[in-house]
Amino acid sequence: MNNVLTTLIDVLSQPAILVALIALIGLLAQKKNMSDTLKGTTKTFVGFLVIAAGAGILETSLVPFGSMFQEAFNVSGVVPNNEAIVALALNEYGSNTALIMFFGMIVNILIARFTRFKYIFLTGHHTLYMACMLAVIMAVAGFDTVPLIAAGAVALGIIMTLSPAILQPFMRKLTGNDNVALGHFSAVGYAISGLVGQAVKGKGKEATSTEEIDFPKGLGFLRDSTVSIALTMIVMYFVVAIAAGPAYIESELSDGTNFLVFSLVQAGNFAAGVFIILAGVRLVLAEIVPAFKGISTKLVPNAKPALDVPIVFTYAPNAVLIGFFSSFIGGLFSMIVMAVVGSTIILPGVVPHFFTGAAAGVFGNATGGLKGAVAGSFVNGIIISFLPVFLLPVLGELGFANTTFSDADFGVGGIFFGSLANYGGPMAIVISLAVILVLMAIPFGKKKSA
Amino acid sequence: MKFLAVCGSGLGTSFMVEMNIIQVLNELGVTGVEVSHSDLSSASPGDADVFFLAKDIAEGNDHLGEVVVLDNIIDMDELKEKVKKVAEEKNLI
Repeated sequence: MNNVLTTLIDVLSQPAILVALIALIGLLAQKKNMSDTLKGTTKTFVGFLVIAAGAGILETSLVPFGSMFQEAFNVSGVVPNNEAIVALALNEYGSNTALIMFFGMIVNILIARFTRFKYIFLTGHHTLYMACMLAVIMAVAGFDTVPLIAAGAVALGIIMTLSPAILQPFMRKLTGNDNVALGHFSAVGYAISGLVGQAVKGKGKEATSTEEIDFPKGLGFLRDSTVSIALTMIVMYFVVAIAAGPAYIESELSDGTNFLVFSLVQAGNFAAGVFIILAGVRLVLAEIVPAFKGISTKLVPNAKPALDVPIVFTYAPNAVLIGFFSSFIGGLFSMIVMAVVGSTIILPGVVPHFFTGAAAGVFGNATGGLKGAVAGSFVNGIIISFLPVFLLPVLGELGFANTTFSDADFGVGGIFFGSLANYGGPMAIVISLAVILVLMAIPFGKKKSA
Repeated sequence: MKFLAVCGSGLGTSFMVEMNIIQVLNELGVTGVEVSHSDLSSASPGDADVFFLAKDIAEGNDHLGEVVVLDNIIDMDELKEKVKKVAEEKNLI
Protein backbone atom coordinates (compact mmCIF):
# COMPACT_ATOMS: atom_id res chain seq x y z
CA MET A 1 0.00 0.00 0.00
CA ASN A 2 2.73 2.37 1.02
CA ASN A 3 4.61 1.52 -2.14
CA VAL A 4 1.64 2.41 -4.28
CA LEU A 5 1.34 5.72 -2.47
CA THR A 6 5.00 6.68 -2.86
CA THR A 7 4.91 5.71 -6.52
CA LEU A 8 1.82 7.86 -6.98
CA ILE A 9 3.53 10.78 -5.30
CA ASP A 10 6.57 10.27 -7.52
CA VAL A 11 4.33 10.38 -10.57
CA LEU A 12 2.55 13.53 -9.41
CA SER A 13 5.81 15.27 -8.61
CA GLN A 14 7.12 14.70 -12.14
CA PRO A 15 5.53 17.53 -14.10
CA ALA A 16 6.33 15.94 -17.46
CA ILE A 17 4.35 12.83 -16.53
CA LEU A 18 1.61 14.95 -15.03
CA VAL A 19 0.99 17.06 -18.14
CA ALA A 20 1.14 13.89 -20.23
CA LEU A 21 -1.63 12.46 -18.05
CA ILE A 22 -3.68 15.64 -18.47
CA ALA A 23 -3.26 15.39 -22.23
CA LEU A 24 -4.25 11.72 -22.05
CA ILE A 25 -7.45 12.61 -20.19
CA GLY A 26 -8.24 15.28 -22.79
CA LEU A 27 -7.63 12.88 -25.67
CA LEU A 28 -9.75 10.14 -24.11
CA ALA A 29 -12.54 12.64 -23.38
CA GLN A 30 -12.56 13.51 -27.08
CA LYS A 31 -12.66 9.78 -27.94
CA LYS A 32 -9.56 10.00 -30.14
CA ASN A 33 -8.28 6.78 -31.66
CA MET A 34 -5.42 4.76 -30.24
CA SER A 35 -2.62 6.15 -32.44
CA ASP A 36 -3.63 9.81 -31.95
CA THR A 37 -3.86 9.27 -28.21
CA LEU A 38 -0.46 7.65 -27.99
CA LYS A 39 1.12 10.30 -30.22
CA GLY A 40 -0.43 13.21 -28.35
CA THR A 41 0.44 11.90 -24.90
CA THR A 42 4.04 11.20 -25.84
CA LYS A 43 4.55 14.59 -27.47
CA THR A 44 3.23 16.39 -24.41
CA PHE A 45 5.54 14.36 -22.19
CA VAL A 46 8.61 15.12 -24.29
CA GLY A 47 7.56 18.77 -24.71
CA PHE A 48 7.84 19.39 -21.02
CA LEU A 49 11.36 17.99 -20.95
CA VAL A 50 12.26 20.18 -23.94
CA ILE A 51 11.24 23.25 -21.92
CA ALA A 52 13.56 22.18 -19.12
CA ALA A 53 16.41 21.73 -21.61
CA GLY A 54 15.81 25.24 -22.95
CA ALA A 55 15.86 26.61 -19.40
CA GLY A 56 19.35 25.15 -18.95
CA ILE A 57 20.71 26.96 -22.00
CA LEU A 58 18.97 30.17 -21.02
CA GLU A 59 20.54 30.08 -17.59
CA THR A 60 24.06 29.86 -19.01
CA SER A 61 23.30 33.17 -20.72
CA LEU A 62 21.38 34.97 -17.97
CA VAL A 63 23.73 34.30 -15.09
CA PRO A 64 26.77 36.06 -16.63
CA PHE A 65 24.50 38.87 -17.83
CA GLY A 66 23.33 39.42 -14.26
CA SER A 67 26.90 39.43 -12.93
CA MET A 68 28.07 41.88 -15.60
CA PHE A 69 25.16 44.21 -14.95
CA GLN A 70 25.81 44.15 -11.21
CA GLU A 71 29.53 44.83 -11.75
CA ALA A 72 28.85 47.69 -14.16
CA PHE A 73 25.99 49.54 -12.46
CA ASN A 74 25.83 48.18 -8.91
CA VAL A 75 22.12 47.36 -9.21
CA SER A 76 20.47 44.31 -10.70
CA GLY A 77 19.20 44.45 -14.25
CA VAL A 78 16.18 42.43 -15.29
CA VAL A 79 15.17 41.45 -18.82
CA PRO A 80 11.47 40.62 -18.67
CA ASN A 81 10.67 37.59 -20.81
CA ASN A 82 7.77 35.23 -20.09
CA GLU A 83 9.34 32.16 -21.68
CA ALA A 84 12.56 32.61 -19.75
CA ILE A 85 11.03 33.01 -16.31
CA VAL A 86 8.49 30.24 -16.83
CA ALA A 87 11.12 27.77 -17.97
CA LEU A 88 13.24 28.56 -14.92
CA ALA A 89 10.26 28.37 -12.56
CA LEU A 90 9.03 25.04 -13.93
CA ASN A 91 12.08 23.29 -12.51
CA GLU A 92 10.69 23.72 -9.03
CA TYR A 93 7.02 24.52 -9.58
CA GLY A 94 6.26 22.26 -12.54
CA SER A 95 3.76 19.90 -10.94
CA ASN A 96 1.80 22.66 -9.24
CA THR A 97 1.78 24.63 -12.49
CA ALA A 98 0.37 21.69 -14.43
CA LEU A 99 -2.37 21.04 -11.87
CA ILE A 100 -3.28 24.74 -11.51
CA MET A 101 -3.50 24.98 -15.29
CA PHE A 102 -5.73 21.91 -15.56
CA PHE A 103 -8.14 22.92 -12.79
CA GLY A 104 -7.93 26.61 -13.72
CA MET A 105 -9.29 25.80 -17.18
CA ILE A 106 -12.14 23.93 -15.53
CA VAL A 107 -12.85 26.98 -13.32
CA ASN A 108 -12.83 29.14 -16.45
CA ILE A 109 -15.45 26.88 -18.05
CA LEU A 110 -17.58 26.90 -14.87
CA ILE A 111 -17.48 30.70 -14.56
CA ALA A 112 -18.38 31.07 -18.25
CA ARG A 113 -21.17 28.52 -17.89
CA PHE A 114 -22.81 29.98 -14.79
CA THR A 115 -22.13 33.74 -14.77
CA ARG A 116 -22.59 36.56 -17.29
CA PHE A 117 -18.86 36.42 -18.13
CA LYS A 118 -18.93 34.16 -21.19
CA TYR A 119 -15.23 34.32 -22.00
CA ILE A 120 -13.24 31.18 -22.73
CA PHE A 121 -9.53 31.97 -22.67
CA LEU A 122 -7.95 30.07 -25.57
CA THR A 123 -4.41 31.48 -25.60
CA GLY A 124 -2.86 28.35 -24.15
CA HIS A 125 0.69 29.57 -23.65
CA HIS A 126 -0.52 32.51 -21.58
CA THR A 127 -2.67 30.15 -19.50
CA LEU A 128 0.43 28.07 -18.85
CA TYR A 129 2.55 31.11 -17.92
CA MET A 130 -0.13 32.51 -15.61
CA ALA A 131 -0.58 29.10 -13.95
CA CYS A 132 3.16 29.07 -13.38
CA MET A 133 3.21 32.53 -11.84
CA LEU A 134 0.29 31.68 -9.56
CA ALA A 135 2.04 28.47 -8.48
CA VAL A 136 4.99 30.61 -7.38
CA ILE A 137 2.91 33.36 -5.73
CA MET A 138 0.72 30.91 -3.82
CA ALA A 139 3.76 28.98 -2.60
CA VAL A 140 5.47 32.19 -1.45
CA ALA A 141 2.18 33.20 0.21
CA GLY A 142 2.33 30.12 2.41
CA PHE A 143 -0.03 27.66 0.71
CA ASP A 144 0.95 24.10 -0.04
CA THR A 145 -0.48 20.85 -1.43
CA VAL A 146 -4.23 20.83 -2.14
CA PRO A 147 -5.05 24.37 -0.90
CA LEU A 148 -2.26 25.71 -3.13
CA ILE A 149 -3.71 24.05 -6.21
CA ALA A 150 -7.25 25.13 -5.28
CA ALA A 151 -6.34 28.78 -4.64
CA GLY A 152 -4.17 28.90 -7.75
CA ALA A 153 -6.82 27.31 -9.95
CA VAL A 154 -9.61 29.60 -8.76
CA ALA A 155 -7.36 32.65 -9.20
CA LEU A 156 -6.39 31.45 -12.70
CA GLY A 157 -10.01 30.84 -13.71
CA ILE A 158 -10.97 34.32 -12.51
CA ILE A 159 -8.07 36.00 -14.33
CA MET A 160 -8.87 34.03 -17.52
CA THR A 161 -12.39 35.48 -17.48
CA LEU A 162 -11.77 39.00 -16.15
CA SER A 163 -8.83 39.83 -18.41
CA PRO A 164 -10.89 39.59 -21.62
CA ALA A 165 -13.89 41.11 -19.82
CA ILE A 166 -12.24 44.42 -18.89
CA LEU A 167 -11.08 44.87 -22.46
CA GLN A 168 -14.33 43.92 -24.17
CA PRO A 169 -15.80 47.47 -24.38
CA PHE A 170 -12.72 48.44 -26.42
CA MET A 171 -12.85 45.21 -28.44
CA ARG A 172 -16.46 45.98 -29.39
CA LYS A 173 -15.41 49.43 -30.55
CA LEU A 174 -12.52 47.97 -32.55
CA THR A 175 -14.19 44.98 -34.19
CA GLY A 176 -17.73 46.34 -34.41
CA ASN A 177 -19.22 43.18 -32.88
CA ASP A 178 -19.30 41.29 -29.60
CA ASN A 179 -18.40 37.81 -30.86
CA VAL A 180 -14.68 37.70 -30.22
CA ALA A 181 -12.61 38.73 -27.21
CA LEU A 182 -8.90 39.26 -26.73
CA GLY A 183 -7.09 36.60 -24.73
CA HIS A 184 -3.74 38.13 -23.88
CA PHE A 185 -2.54 38.78 -20.37
CA SER A 186 -1.70 42.42 -20.87
CA ALA A 187 -5.32 43.58 -20.98
CA VAL A 188 -4.82 46.15 -18.23
CA GLY A 189 -2.24 47.91 -20.39
CA TYR A 190 -4.52 47.82 -23.44
CA ALA A 191 -7.57 49.10 -21.55
CA ILE A 192 -5.53 51.95 -20.08
CA SER A 193 -4.21 52.72 -23.57
CA GLY A 194 -7.82 52.85 -24.77
CA LEU A 195 -8.71 55.24 -21.95
CA VAL A 196 -5.66 57.41 -22.63
CA GLY A 197 -6.74 57.50 -26.28
CA GLN A 198 -10.16 58.75 -25.23
CA ALA A 199 -8.61 61.38 -22.99
CA VAL A 200 -6.22 62.84 -25.58
CA LYS A 201 -8.82 62.88 -28.32
CA GLY A 202 -10.90 65.59 -26.65
CA LYS A 203 -14.62 66.02 -26.97
CA GLY A 204 -16.42 66.14 -30.30
CA LYS A 205 -13.41 66.27 -32.59
CA GLU A 206 -12.78 63.55 -35.18
CA ALA A 207 -9.36 62.07 -34.54
CA THR A 208 -6.94 61.40 -37.39
CA SER A 209 -6.46 57.65 -37.58
CA THR A 210 -2.98 56.15 -37.81
CA GLU A 211 -4.15 54.43 -40.97
CA GLU A 212 -4.58 57.75 -42.82
CA ILE A 213 -0.90 58.56 -42.68
CA ASP A 214 2.03 57.13 -44.60
CA PHE A 215 4.25 55.05 -42.42
CA PRO A 216 7.32 53.12 -43.50
CA LYS A 217 6.82 49.35 -43.67
CA GLY A 218 9.54 46.76 -43.59
CA LEU A 219 9.90 46.18 -39.87
CA GLY A 220 7.91 42.99 -40.15
CA PHE A 221 11.07 41.00 -39.46
CA LEU A 222 10.82 42.08 -35.82
CA ARG A 223 7.79 39.83 -35.56
CA ASP A 224 10.15 36.93 -36.01
CA SER A 225 10.86 36.42 -32.32
CA THR A 226 14.22 34.67 -32.72
CA VAL A 227 15.56 37.58 -34.77
CA SER A 228 14.24 40.30 -32.47
CA ILE A 229 15.36 38.57 -29.28
CA ALA A 230 18.85 37.89 -30.63
CA LEU A 231 19.33 41.44 -31.94
CA THR A 232 18.18 43.16 -28.75
CA MET A 233 20.13 40.85 -26.50
CA ILE A 234 23.27 41.55 -28.56
CA VAL A 235 22.76 45.28 -28.07
CA MET A 236 22.07 44.90 -24.34
CA TYR A 237 24.98 42.52 -23.80
CA PHE A 238 27.40 44.81 -25.63
CA VAL A 239 26.34 47.90 -23.68
CA VAL A 240 26.60 46.07 -20.37
CA ALA A 241 29.86 44.34 -21.34
CA ILE A 242 31.52 47.62 -22.27
CA ALA A 243 30.31 49.18 -19.03
CA ALA A 244 31.58 46.24 -16.98
CA GLY A 245 34.93 46.31 -18.77
CA PRO A 246 37.04 43.55 -20.35
CA ALA A 247 39.18 42.99 -17.26
CA TYR A 248 36.29 41.80 -15.10
CA ILE A 249 34.60 39.70 -17.80
CA GLU A 250 37.74 38.01 -19.09
CA SER A 251 39.00 37.11 -15.62
CA GLU A 252 35.69 36.21 -13.92
CA LEU A 253 33.27 35.00 -16.57
CA SER A 254 34.64 34.20 -20.00
CA ASP A 255 37.75 32.27 -19.00
CA GLY A 256 39.96 34.51 -21.10
CA THR A 257 37.81 34.73 -24.21
CA ASN A 258 37.50 38.26 -25.60
CA PHE A 259 34.70 40.01 -23.69
CA LEU A 260 32.77 41.08 -26.80
CA VAL A 261 32.98 37.67 -28.44
CA PHE A 262 31.80 36.12 -25.19
CA SER A 263 28.89 38.59 -25.02
CA LEU A 264 27.88 37.96 -28.62
CA VAL A 265 27.69 34.22 -28.02
CA GLN A 266 25.81 34.60 -24.74
CA ALA A 267 23.27 36.90 -26.40
CA GLY A 268 22.80 34.23 -29.04
CA ASN A 269 22.42 31.63 -26.28
CA PHE A 270 19.55 33.59 -24.80
CA ALA A 271 17.71 33.54 -28.13
CA ALA A 272 18.56 29.85 -28.55
CA GLY A 273 17.16 29.06 -25.11
CA VAL A 274 13.91 30.88 -25.85
CA PHE A 275 13.68 29.14 -29.23
CA ILE A 276 13.91 25.74 -27.58
CA ILE A 277 11.47 26.68 -24.84
CA LEU A 278 8.96 27.82 -27.46
CA ALA A 279 9.28 24.50 -29.25
CA GLY A 280 8.61 22.73 -25.95
CA VAL A 281 5.62 24.91 -25.12
CA ARG A 282 4.21 24.16 -28.58
CA LEU A 283 4.51 20.41 -27.94
CA VAL A 284 2.94 20.68 -24.48
CA LEU A 285 -0.04 22.69 -25.72
CA ALA A 286 -0.67 20.79 -28.94
CA GLU A 287 -3.23 18.45 -27.37
CA ILE A 288 -4.41 20.48 -24.39
CA VAL A 289 -5.72 23.55 -26.22
CA PRO A 290 -7.93 21.77 -28.81
CA ALA A 291 -9.36 19.59 -26.00
CA PHE A 292 -10.13 22.68 -23.92
CA LYS A 293 -11.70 24.38 -26.94
CA GLY A 294 -13.81 21.34 -27.81
CA ILE A 295 -15.04 20.77 -24.28
CA SER A 296 -15.83 24.44 -23.64
CA THR A 297 -17.80 24.74 -26.88
CA LYS A 298 -19.95 21.83 -25.77
CA LEU A 299 -20.53 23.02 -22.21
CA VAL A 300 -20.88 26.79 -22.65
CA PRO A 301 -23.53 28.02 -25.07
CA ASN A 302 -22.71 31.48 -26.55
CA ALA A 303 -19.15 31.30 -25.29
CA LYS A 304 -16.96 34.15 -26.47
CA PRO A 305 -13.53 32.85 -27.45
CA ALA A 306 -10.69 35.03 -26.13
CA LEU A 307 -7.93 34.74 -28.74
CA ASP A 308 -4.26 35.65 -29.02
CA VAL A 309 -3.16 39.24 -29.54
CA PRO A 310 -2.31 39.34 -33.28
CA ILE A 311 -6.04 39.16 -34.07
CA VAL A 312 -6.20 42.92 -33.42
CA PHE A 313 -3.12 43.77 -35.48
CA THR A 314 -4.87 43.58 -38.84
CA TYR A 315 -7.34 46.30 -37.81
CA ALA A 316 -4.63 48.97 -37.83
CA PRO A 317 -1.24 47.89 -39.25
CA ASN A 318 0.28 51.38 -38.90
CA ALA A 319 -0.79 51.59 -35.27
CA VAL A 320 1.05 48.30 -34.67
CA LEU A 321 4.41 49.83 -35.63
CA ILE A 322 3.73 53.22 -34.06
CA GLY A 323 2.62 51.46 -30.87
CA PHE A 324 5.78 49.37 -30.74
CA PHE A 325 8.06 52.40 -31.06
CA SER A 326 6.10 54.49 -28.62
CA SER A 327 5.92 51.70 -26.05
CA PHE A 328 9.65 51.00 -26.42
CA ILE A 329 10.40 54.68 -25.87
CA GLY A 330 8.18 54.47 -22.77
CA GLY A 331 10.37 51.55 -21.66
CA LEU A 332 13.60 53.52 -22.24
CA PHE A 333 12.16 56.50 -20.38
CA SER A 334 11.22 54.25 -17.44
CA MET A 335 14.71 52.75 -17.44
CA ILE A 336 16.25 56.20 -17.05
CA VAL A 337 13.85 57.00 -14.20
CA MET A 338 14.80 53.73 -12.46
CA ALA A 339 18.49 54.49 -12.88
CA VAL A 340 18.00 57.92 -11.32
CA VAL A 341 15.94 56.55 -8.43
CA GLY A 342 18.38 53.65 -7.98
CA SER A 343 15.85 50.81 -8.05
CA THR A 344 16.22 47.50 -9.85
CA ILE A 345 16.47 48.30 -13.54
CA ILE A 346 13.94 46.76 -15.91
CA LEU A 347 15.43 46.64 -19.40
CA PRO A 348 13.03 47.16 -22.28
CA GLY A 349 12.79 43.86 -24.15
CA VAL A 350 11.71 44.09 -27.75
CA VAL A 351 9.32 41.14 -27.56
CA PRO A 352 6.98 42.46 -24.83
CA HIS A 353 7.09 45.97 -26.24
CA PHE A 354 6.39 44.68 -29.71
CA PHE A 355 3.37 42.58 -28.83
CA THR A 356 1.83 44.64 -26.03
CA GLY A 357 2.93 47.99 -27.45
CA ALA A 358 1.47 47.09 -30.82
CA ALA A 359 -1.88 46.12 -29.33
CA ALA A 360 -1.89 49.20 -27.08
CA GLY A 361 -1.32 51.25 -30.24
CA VAL A 362 -4.29 49.60 -31.94
CA PHE A 363 -6.60 50.30 -28.98
CA GLY A 364 -5.29 53.84 -28.48
CA ASN A 365 -5.93 54.47 -32.17
CA ALA A 366 -9.46 53.05 -31.93
CA THR A 367 -10.39 55.57 -29.25
CA GLY A 368 -8.11 58.53 -29.97
CA GLY A 369 -6.59 58.21 -33.44
CA LEU A 370 -2.89 58.85 -34.03
CA LYS A 371 -2.47 60.88 -30.84
CA GLY A 372 -4.23 58.15 -28.89
CA ALA A 373 -1.99 55.45 -30.38
CA VAL A 374 1.20 57.34 -29.50
CA ALA A 375 0.11 58.38 -25.99
CA GLY A 376 -1.63 55.11 -25.13
CA SER A 377 1.25 52.86 -26.09
CA PHE A 378 3.77 55.17 -24.40
CA VAL A 379 1.79 54.73 -21.17
CA ASN A 380 1.69 50.97 -21.85
CA GLY A 381 5.48 51.00 -22.11
CA ILE A 382 5.74 52.71 -18.71
CA ILE A 383 3.24 50.29 -17.15
CA ILE A 384 5.00 47.13 -18.31
CA SER A 385 8.32 48.56 -17.12
CA PHE A 386 7.25 49.51 -13.61
CA LEU A 387 4.95 46.57 -12.79
CA PRO A 388 7.87 44.10 -12.73
CA VAL A 389 9.68 46.27 -10.15
CA PHE A 390 6.85 45.59 -7.71
CA LEU A 391 6.27 42.03 -8.90
CA LEU A 392 9.82 40.86 -8.17
CA PRO A 393 9.53 41.05 -4.35
CA VAL A 394 6.45 38.78 -4.24
CA LEU A 395 8.08 36.07 -6.36
CA GLY A 396 10.39 34.86 -3.60
CA GLU A 397 13.68 33.46 -4.86
CA LEU A 398 12.56 33.74 -8.46
CA GLY A 399 12.63 37.50 -8.00
CA PHE A 400 16.41 37.24 -8.32
CA ALA A 401 16.49 35.40 -11.64
CA ASN A 402 17.47 38.41 -13.82
CA THR A 403 14.33 37.85 -15.83
CA THR A 404 10.64 38.00 -14.99
CA PHE A 405 7.10 38.04 -16.32
CA SER A 406 6.73 40.78 -18.90
CA ASP A 407 3.06 41.54 -19.55
CA ALA A 408 0.77 43.79 -17.55
CA ASP A 409 -1.77 41.29 -16.19
CA PHE A 410 1.00 39.16 -14.70
CA GLY A 411 2.19 42.23 -12.84
CA VAL A 412 -1.28 43.30 -11.71
CA GLY A 413 -2.40 39.79 -10.72
CA GLY A 414 0.89 38.89 -9.05
CA ILE A 415 1.15 42.13 -7.10
CA PHE A 416 -2.52 41.86 -6.06
CA PHE A 417 -2.29 38.33 -4.64
CA GLY A 418 1.27 38.82 -3.38
CA SER A 419 0.40 41.96 -1.38
CA LEU A 420 -2.75 40.34 -0.03
CA ALA A 421 -0.59 37.53 1.30
CA ASN A 422 1.91 39.99 2.78
CA TYR A 423 -0.79 41.86 4.70
CA GLY A 424 -3.20 39.09 5.61
CA GLY A 425 -1.58 35.76 4.83
CA PRO A 426 -3.22 32.92 2.88
CA MET A 427 -6.60 33.64 4.53
CA ALA A 428 -6.75 37.06 2.86
CA ILE A 429 -6.31 35.40 -0.53
CA VAL A 430 -9.05 32.85 0.14
CA ILE A 431 -11.47 35.57 1.24
CA SER A 432 -10.70 37.81 -1.72
CA LEU A 433 -11.15 34.93 -4.18
CA ALA A 434 -14.54 34.13 -2.61
CA VAL A 435 -15.62 37.79 -2.74
CA ILE A 436 -14.60 38.14 -6.39
CA LEU A 437 -16.48 34.95 -7.33
CA VAL A 438 -19.63 36.15 -5.53
CA LEU A 439 -19.41 39.55 -7.24
CA MET A 440 -19.01 37.87 -10.63
CA ALA A 441 -22.00 35.61 -9.96
CA ILE A 442 -24.38 38.54 -9.37
CA PRO A 443 -26.28 38.70 -12.66
CA PHE A 444 -26.76 42.47 -13.08
CA GLY A 445 -24.50 43.92 -10.42
CA LYS A 446 -22.27 46.92 -10.83
CA LYS A 447 -19.18 46.65 -12.97
CA LYS A 448 -16.42 44.96 -11.03
CA SER A 449 -13.35 46.95 -10.16
CA ALA A 450 -10.57 44.40 -10.48
CA MET B 1 -0.26 17.02 -48.56
CA LYS B 2 0.69 19.33 -45.72
CA PHE B 3 -0.59 22.78 -44.68
CA LEU B 4 1.33 24.94 -42.23
CA ALA B 5 -0.07 27.95 -40.35
CA VAL B 6 2.66 30.43 -39.39
CA CYS B 7 2.80 33.38 -36.99
CA GLY B 8 5.44 35.42 -35.16
CA SER B 9 6.10 33.16 -32.21
CA GLY B 10 4.24 30.07 -33.41
CA LEU B 11 2.17 29.76 -30.25
CA GLY B 12 -1.28 31.30 -30.31
CA THR B 13 -2.40 32.72 -33.64
CA SER B 14 -0.98 30.04 -35.89
CA PHE B 15 -2.42 27.39 -33.57
CA MET B 16 -5.87 28.99 -33.84
CA VAL B 17 -5.56 29.17 -37.63
CA GLU B 18 -4.50 25.52 -37.67
CA MET B 19 -7.58 24.46 -35.69
CA ASN B 20 -9.78 26.54 -38.00
CA ILE B 21 -8.21 25.02 -41.12
CA ILE B 22 -8.86 21.52 -39.73
CA GLN B 23 -12.48 22.52 -39.09
CA VAL B 24 -12.88 23.85 -42.63
CA LEU B 25 -11.28 20.74 -44.14
CA ASN B 26 -13.67 18.56 -42.15
CA GLU B 27 -16.63 20.60 -43.35
CA LEU B 28 -15.43 20.25 -46.93
CA GLY B 29 -14.92 16.52 -46.44
CA VAL B 30 -11.24 16.74 -47.37
CA THR B 31 -9.07 14.00 -45.89
CA GLY B 32 -5.37 13.19 -45.99
CA VAL B 33 -4.11 16.69 -45.25
CA GLU B 34 -1.73 17.13 -42.35
CA VAL B 35 -2.12 20.55 -40.73
CA SER B 36 0.28 22.00 -38.23
CA HIS B 37 1.65 25.33 -36.98
CA SER B 38 5.03 26.97 -36.58
CA ASP B 39 6.89 30.20 -35.91
CA LEU B 40 8.40 32.38 -38.61
CA SER B 41 12.00 31.42 -37.79
CA SER B 42 11.44 27.70 -38.06
CA ALA B 43 9.23 27.69 -41.15
CA SER B 44 11.22 26.73 -44.21
CA PRO B 45 10.22 25.97 -47.79
CA GLY B 46 10.25 22.18 -47.48
CA ASP B 47 8.05 22.13 -44.38
CA ALA B 48 4.72 22.13 -46.16
CA ASP B 49 2.98 22.30 -49.53
CA VAL B 50 0.94 25.37 -48.62
CA PHE B 51 1.68 28.04 -45.98
CA PHE B 52 -0.98 30.20 -44.31
CA LEU B 53 0.21 33.60 -43.06
CA ALA B 54 -1.61 36.67 -41.76
CA LYS B 55 -1.31 39.76 -43.93
CA ASP B 56 0.93 41.63 -41.50
CA ILE B 57 3.71 39.04 -41.52
CA ALA B 58 3.34 37.80 -45.09
CA GLU B 59 5.59 40.51 -46.51
CA GLY B 60 9.08 39.20 -47.28
CA ASN B 61 8.18 35.57 -46.86
CA ASP B 62 7.58 34.58 -50.47
CA HIS B 63 10.59 32.28 -50.27
CA LEU B 64 8.43 29.75 -48.44
CA GLY B 65 6.77 28.76 -51.69
CA GLU B 66 3.00 28.64 -51.99
CA VAL B 67 1.73 31.20 -49.49
CA VAL B 68 -1.92 31.94 -48.74
CA VAL B 69 -2.27 35.40 -47.18
CA LEU B 70 -5.11 35.89 -44.70
CA ASP B 71 -6.42 39.47 -44.52
CA ASN B 72 -8.36 38.85 -41.33
CA ILE B 73 -7.27 35.88 -39.26
CA ILE B 74 -10.55 35.55 -37.37
CA ASP B 75 -12.75 35.67 -40.46
CA MET B 76 -13.94 32.08 -40.95
CA ASP B 77 -15.65 32.89 -44.26
CA GLU B 78 -12.42 34.21 -45.74
CA LEU B 79 -10.53 31.15 -44.50
CA LYS B 80 -13.18 28.81 -45.84
CA GLU B 81 -13.06 30.43 -49.27
CA LYS B 82 -9.24 30.35 -49.41
CA VAL B 83 -8.89 26.78 -48.13
CA LYS B 84 -11.55 25.66 -50.59
CA LYS B 85 -9.69 27.30 -53.46
CA VAL B 86 -6.44 25.57 -52.46
CA ALA B 87 -8.24 22.24 -52.08
CA GLU B 88 -9.71 22.60 -55.56
CA GLU B 89 -6.35 23.51 -57.11
CA LYS B 90 -4.75 20.50 -55.48
CA ASN B 91 -7.59 18.23 -56.60
CA LEU B 92 -8.45 17.36 -53.02
CA ILE B 93 -12.18 17.82 -53.65
